[in-house]
Amino acid sequence: MRPETKSLALHLGLLALLVIAQFVVSPFHHGNLSRIMVLAVFAMGYNVLFGYVGLLSLGHALFFSAGMYGMGLAMQHLGVSALAAITVGVFSAFVLSAVVGAVALRTTGVAFMIVTLMLAQAGYLAILYFGTYTRGDEGFVIQPELRTIAGLDLTDPTVRYFAAFLVLAVCLLLTLRLVHSSFGRVLVAIRENEERARMLGYDVFRHKLIAVIISGTLSGAAGAVYGLLFGYVGATFATVQYSILPLLWVLLGGAGTVIGPFIGTLFMFYLIDFSSGLTSAYMVVAGVVLVLLTLFAPQGLAGEVKRRLLPWLP
Amino acid sequence: MLAVQRMRQKPLDKLFACIQTHFTAKATGWQIRRGTEMAKKLIKPTFDTRRGVLQKMAIGAGALAGASAMPGLMRYAQAQSSEPIKIGFQCHRTGIGAAYGRWYERTSDAAVARINDMGGINGRPVELVIEDDGTDPKRGAEVLEKFAKQSNCDVAFGTLFSHVVIGSAPTAGELKLPYFVVSEGHHVASGMLNRYTLQPGITDVRSQVIAMAPFVADNLGKKVTMIFPDFAFGHDHRDYFSAAIKEKGGEVIEMIAIPPTETSFTKYFPKIPRETEVIYHVMVGPAVLTFVKEMGEFFGSNKPEIFGFIDSLEAVDINSPGLEFLEGTYFWEGNPRYAQADQTSFDKNYREAVGVNDQGSSITDPSDISTYAHMFGCWETLNIIKKGMETCDYKGPDDRQALIEAVEAMTDMPASDDHPQGTKEFNGKTHQAFGHQYISQVKDKKLNVVHTTPIEAGYYPEEVDYTKQPF
Amino acid sequence: MDFGPYLLLASLEGAVMAAVLALTAVGLSIVFGVMRVVNVAHGEFFMLGAVFAWWVASWAVGHPAIGFVLALILAPILVGLIASAADMIVLKRVEYDPERTIVATIGLLYIIQQVTLMTFGPEARPVQPPFNQRLALPWFEFGENGFAIVWPWGLGTTSYKLFVIAAAIAILLAVWALMSRTKLGLYMRATQLDRQMAQAFGINVERVYVSVFGFGAGLAALGAVLIVPIQQAHYLMGGDPLLLSFIVVIIGGLGSLSGTVVAAVLIGMSDGVISMFFSPTLAKILSTLLVAFILIFRPQGLFGKRAA
Repeated sequence: MRPETKSLALHLGLLALLVIAQFVVSPFHHGNLSRIMVLAVFAMGYNVLFGYVGLLSLGHALFFSAGMYGMGLAMQHLGVSALAAITVGVFSAFVLSAVVGAVALRTTGVAFMIVTLMLAQAGYLAILYFGTYTRGDEGFVIQPELRTIAGLDLTDPTVRYFAAFLVLAVCLLLTLRLVHSSFGRVLVAIRENEERARMLGYDVFRHKLIAVIISGTLSGAAGAVYGLLFGYVGATFATVQYSILPLLWVLLGGAGTVIGPFIGTLFMFYLIDFSSGLTSAYMVVAGVVLVLLTLFAPQGLAGEVKRRLLPWLP
Repeated sequence: MLAVQRMRQKPLDKLFACIQTHFTAKATGWQIRRGTEMAKKLIKPTFDTRRGVLQKMAIGAGALAGASAMPGLMRYAQAQSSEPIKIGFQCHRTGIGAAYGRWYERTSDAAVARINDMGGINGRPVELVIEDDGTDPKRGAEVLEKFAKQSNCDVAFGTLFSHVVIGSAPTAGELKLPYFVVSEGHHVASGMLNRYTLQPGITDVRSQVIAMAPFVADNLGKKVTMIFPDFAFGHDHRDYFSAAIKEKGGEVIEMIAIPPTETSFTKYFPKIPRETEVIYHVMVGPAVLTFVKEMGEFFGSNKPEIFGFIDSLEAVDINSPGLEFLEGTYFWEGNPRYAQADQTSFDKNYREAVGVNDQGSSITDPSDISTYAHMFGCWETLNIIKKGMETCDYKGPDDRQALIEAVEAMTDMPASDDHPQGTKEFNGKTHQAFGHQYISQVKDKKLNVVHTTPIEAGYYPEEVDYTKQPF
Repeated sequence: MDFGPYLLLASLEGAVMAAVLALTAVGLSIVFGVMRVVNVAHGEFFMLGAVFAWWVASWAVGHPAIGFVLALILAPILVGLIASAADMIVLKRVEYDPERTIVATIGLLYIIQQVTLMTFGPEARPVQPPFNQRLALPWFEFGENGFAIVWPWGLGTTSYKLFVIAAAIAILLAVWALMSRTKLGLYMRATQLDRQMAQAFGINVERVYVSVFGFGAGLAALGAVLIVPIQQAHYLMGGDPLLLSFIVVIIGGLGSLSGTVVAAVLIGMSDGVISMFFSPTLAKILSTLLVAFILIFRPQGLFGKRAA
C-alpha cells in the first residue's frame, strides 16, 4: 500500500471508530466526545501553523474567540439564523487571521510569539471594553430555541455529537489533503529550512500567510461551533490560557501529525477529568504526567508512534 | 489508632470507588443505549425514554433475581429506599474563586451534616458530590454533565462566579438538571437563563444596589465617584447604582472601570474628581487588599466618605496593616461578618455549625477569614432544596420538574435556623430571592451594622417569568 | 488633579512597577539567553518568592523589618534551590529541547500552583513592610504671587515604594557586576555565545545551566519579596509577571541585559503614563498594541543585534 492510502485508511478508521462510539459509550463519555471533537478542530487548526510551518503562535485564542463572538454577536444582535451565524463567525476569523498574518509575519521566532500574544491580549481586552454588546467577562447565552440548523435541534445530544463529528471529519480530511498536497510540502520545506525554500523560488511569505489564514479560520470555525453547540459565548475563551491549551494539546499529541491534535485533546481532557476523580490535588497529577510525557514521549503520543512504528504517518 | 487506620485507608478507598463508578457507569451506559434502541421500536419515544427503560429493566432484573433468590430482592429494595440523595456541588476549588470556594465548601458540608443529623431528606441521607470547576465556564459545564450522567446526582448547586453560572446554565437546561446557584449575579432574574436555574438563597446584585443607594444619598453625600472592575458584574453596579442615586437627587460624577488582572491602582486615583463626596467601590479578585490599601495611601488623612461592597475585602482581615484608614467608612455586607450585639440565635447556631468565630474567621485558625457575606447562601440554598424535595415528595430524577415547581411556589422564607441571614421573599417567576441588606461601619477595627434595609427596598420590576417556560 | 502632579504620580507608580519587572525579566533573560529555553514556570518562581516571604515573615518575631530582611535573604535562596532541582530532575533530561521544555515547565507550573494552593491556601496574604510612611510630595506653581511650592491633593507616595526602586537599582548593579566581573559571569557569557566552544574550553556547561536556572529563578523571587509588602502573596500571582517579563525580554532584544532593563522601564512607565489619557481598559489595549508594533517594526527588539 502507498503511504497515502495507508494514512487515508487510518484516518477513515478513526472517523469510523467515532461513529461507532456514538452507539457504544455511556452518555457521559458521549457528551465529552462531542466537546473533544470540536476542541480537536481548534488544535488541528493550531497544528497547521505550528506543526507544519514551525511558527509558534501564542495568540490563537483570538481566532477561536473571533469565531465564537462573530457567531454569537450575529445571533444576539442581528438575529440571524444559526447557519448564517456560523458563517459570520468563520468569516470574522478569516479576516482577522489575514490581518494578523500580514502584520505578525514580519517577525519570526520569539518575536512572532510575542506579537501574536499581544494582539490576542488586545482582542480579549476589546471584548471587555465593548461590554455593552458582549457582556464582558460574563458573556451571554445562545438560547436553545435558536440553536437549530435545518430543523435539527442542536441541543439534542445525538444531533450535537454528529454535528461535532461532521466538523471534525471535514477538518481532518482537509488537513490530510493539505499535508499531501504540494502546498503542504512547501510548508514543511519552509519549516525545515526557510532560506532554502526561498532560494528554490517559493514565495515564503505568501505560503506562510495562507497557512496562518487556514490555521486561524479552522480555529475560528471551532470557536463558532463550540459556542453554538454548547450555548455559551464568553471572554474566558479569549484569555491567554486558551492560546496555550492548543499548543499543549498539539505538543502532547504530536506536532506535525494530522491525528496528533485529536489524540492530545482527548488525552488532556481525560487526564484532568480522571485525576480530578482520584484526588482534589489533581493538578499535581496532571503536572506530573506532563513532565513524564516530555521525558518518555518527547515527540508527543502520535509522534512517538510515528517515530517507532509508523514512519509514514502524516 | 482507629482514626489513623481510617485516614490511611481513605485515599485507596477513594481510588476503588472511583474505578468502580467509572466501570459501572460504562456498563449502565451500554444498557441504556441498547435499551433505547429497543424502546424506540416498542413504545412511543418520550424525553425520558432512557430513564424509563432503565427503571423497567431494573424492575425486570429485580423480578428475575426474586424468582431465583428472594433475599437478593430484599436487599435491593432496601438499598433503593435508603440510597442517598446526591447533590452535585460545583465548587471553585482552584482558579480565581478559590478563596470563596473553600468557604462555600465548609458551609455546605456543615449544612449537609445538619440536614443528615435531622434525618436527611424524605428519610434518605444527603450526599455532596464535589467537583472542581476551576472557576472556568467551560469546565463548569463539563462538571454539570458529570453530575447528571456519571455520578447520578439529583440536583446541582453552589456556583458563585457569574461567568461560570452563565456558561453552565445552558447545559443544566439541556440535562434538565435543577441548578441552584449562589452567585448574587443578576443573570437569573434578568431572564437570560432557563427554567432549571434558580437563585433562592442570596439576593442579586441589582436588588442589593438599589437597596443601598438611598442610604448613600441620605447619609453620605450626593456626588459619587464609582470604582468598579471592568466586568459585567461591575457594569451592573454602575448601571443600577447610577439610576438609583439619581432618583434620590444624587449623581455619579465619575466612573472608573478598572481592567481585570490589574495589580496596582494608585495611577487611577487621580481621576477621582476633587468635589467627590462619596467613593463607592467594589472590587473582586486577589488584588482587593492592594486596592484598598493604595486608596488609603492616596488620600492620606484627607478622605471623602467611603462606601464599599465587602467584596472588596471578602476573605481579608480588616486589621491588615495599611487598612487603618478604613476606620469610619461604610460597607455593604450580605451577612454581618462580626457577631453583632443583637445577634439572633439563628446566626449563633449557624456560626457554630460552620466553625466561624465572632470575628468572622475560622475557629481553628483566626487568620483564616471567611467569606461571611456570601457563604450563608450555600447553607440557605441547601435547606431550600430540602424543603422543596419534601414538599414534592421527591423520589428520584423523575421528580425534578416537581422539585422546580415546588421551589417556584415558595414565597416567604422567615428567619430561622434554615435562614440565618434573615427573612427572605422568593419570587418564583424570576427564580430570585430578595432579602435584607446590612450596612456596617468600621469602628474600632470591627464592622458594626448601622442600618438594615427593608426587603421591599430591593424590589424592581420583574424582567422574566420563568414559570411560563416549558420544561 | 492637575496634569503635572498627575504625571509625577503616574511616573512614580510606573517606576515601582518597572523596578520589580526589571528584576524578574533579567532573571528570565539570563535563562533565555544562556539556555535558549522558554521557562513557562518563571512566574511560579516569582509567586514562590512571595509565598516564602510571607512564611518567613510570619515566623519571625519582633519588628517587621527583621522578618522582611530574613525573607529577602532566604526566599531567593530557597526558590533558587527548587529551580536548580527542577533543572537537574527534568530539564536536563529533556535535553533543553525548546518544545519539550515548554510542556515540562507547564507541568511544573501545575505542580507548583497546586502544592501552593494546598499548603498556603487560596487567600491573598499580606507581608508587613519594614517601614511605610506616606510622603506627600510638593509641586511648584507659577501663580499670581510668582513661584510657589504647593502640596497637591492626593500627590504622594510611600517611603517603601521609594525603597523598592532604590533596592532594584542596587540589585541590578550587582547582577551586572556578577556577569561582567566574576568568573561565573564569564562562564555564563561564554556558554551563551557558544555552548560547544565553552565546553571545549573545559567549562562544565551542565553546572552552568543548573546555576543559571537557579539564579534566574532567584532573581524573580527577589523581585517578588520586594513587591509583596505592596501587593499580597497569592497562588495565582505568577501569571502577569511571566507574560510581562517575557515581553520585556523580547522587546529588549534577546541576550541583551541592558536592553531588558530599558524595556522594563519603558513598559512599566508607559503603562502608568498611558493610563492618564484614556479610560483604564482602553489604556491597556493601547499599551498592548504598542508592544506588538514595536516588534513588528523592530523584530530583533530594541537592542537585539540580529533577528532571533
